[in-house]
Amino acid sequence: MATEFHNLQELRHSASLANKVFIQRDYSEGTTCRFQTKFPSELESRIELTLFEETVKTLNNFYAEAEKIGGQSYLEGCLACATAYLIFLCMETRYEKVLKKIAKYIQEQNEKIYAPRGLLITDPIERGMRVIEISIYEDRGSSGSSSGSSSVSGSTAR
Amino acid sequence: MSAVMITRKLRKWEKLPGKNTFCCDGRVMMARQKGIFYLTLFLIIGTCSLFFAFECPYLAVHLSPAIPVFAVLLFLFVIAMLLRTSFSDPGVLPRALPEEANFIEMEIEAANGSVPSGQRPPPRIRNVQINNQIVKLKYCYTCKIFRPPRASHCSICDNCVDRFDHHCPWVGNCVGKRNYRYFYLFTLTLSLLTIYIFAFNIVHVVMRSVDQGFLSTLKETPGTYPFKYEYILLLVCFFTLWSMVGLTGFHTYLISLNQTTNEDIKGSWSGKNRGQNPYSHKNIVKNCCEVLCGPTYPSIAAEKSSAPKDDPPLAAKLPPLASPETDAETSIVKNQ
Repeated sequence: MATEFHNLQELRHSASLANKVFIQRDYSEGTTCRFQTKFPSELESRIELTLFEETVKTLNNFYAEAEKIGGQSYLEGCLACATAYLIFLCMETRYEKVLKKIAKYIQEQNEKIYAPRGLLITDPIERGMRVIEISIYEDRGSSGSSSGSSSVSGSTAR
Repeated sequence: MSAVMITRKLRKWEKLPGKNTFCCDGRVMMARQKGIFYLTLFLIIGTCSLFFAFECPYLAVHLSPAIPVFAVLLFLFVIAMLLRTSFSDPGVLPRALPEEANFIEMEIEAANGSVPSGQRPPPRIRNVQINNQIVKLKYCYTCKIFRPPRASHCSICDNCVDRFDHHCPWVGNCVGKRNYRYFYLFTLTLSLLTIYIFAFNIVHVVMRSVDQGFLSTLKETPGTYPFKYEYILLLVCFFTLWSMVGLTGFHTYLISLNQTTNEDIKGSWSGKNRGQNPYSHKNIVKNCCEVLCGPTYPSIAAEKSSAPKDDPPLAAKLPPLASPETDAETSIVKNQ
């Protein structure tokens, strides 16, 4: 690997954004939230296929769990309806609970697997559940070996 | 003079483009034109106030006190559903950020190839297969995204809304994935409330005329204080009843087929495409359960009221690019 980072702090301080890859939604099974597991070519030199697939599959499983229509969701729906949905003022919905788990999982993946390889996953909820955005960083110290676009580097100054 | 720099982080909903208005720190999200919504509120509250003031005392004494109690509960439920429909985020899809928009543009150009000058480029459509049915995803030029299946762009609110049903001026908001069930419950309970008030209105008139004789009951009407309002009530209820029952029936039909009003109007799954709706479970009960008892989706575009519960250490570790809250920091310079 050309670039090695030991944690997210180091990533932030010594890296510059080179490119972003967007993993699109997979609609083959309907409108439930699923992401494609197709491995983007830009990541080929950065991360192993198995690790990437593992991440996307786990995320898909989390979303499937959140959107599962079964006994628990019926109970939640009926109870909420009976209280004129006022119960959601004090209770967290199942979806929100799973979203917190997802945020924690992504944080963990970033710290352990992606940041050391100069990559960063953005939680899909920040992008309207449309894409999983993976930012590719290059070490500022190294000479420009990235295929990055100059229009993208402006985003660091946001 | 000393200048004080105050840095305030912009919330997600403050950065949201589109013609929505927000209140209560992003908890309330509505369309800009709210006039008809106020009319709806006025009609419901006005009619029910007349009912409670002029009819309930008589009915409670002569029939049962349970009648006004049930009416109050029904009325409160109707108002709760109306407010919930009007104030919640219908399922607005946030617009693509510049990088994502560029990425999509590059993909489109790669797919279309080079277009000779003078020729119109082909329409931006992506085909996806859902449950063995080809569905075309259209590109939204305003939001710069390929709309997910069943999403549509509302020109009044200038937003793409997921599972877009229609824009309802009576509730002052779009009806989409997140608030469809509240809208349906609102129409259903309002129909029940209207039928209830109408029925007991008639019961009241009948009972009075039995007590006093029908002709004298009618003669009382021109000058008598309570009776004038009863006729207003009857009239309002009569017209509301037919429209609400019709609307509820229509939406019950749509739910049983798992279709949206938008799809029904466009005829996406009717006529020659009948029976090909890929979103339907082909089972009325399953369709109803999915729409009415499905999971409650979180609001993506607007700031949730429960956002402050976020774990501070977790957010602090993320570098600036990952959290949009810190992306736009505005500095307000105040001169003292």
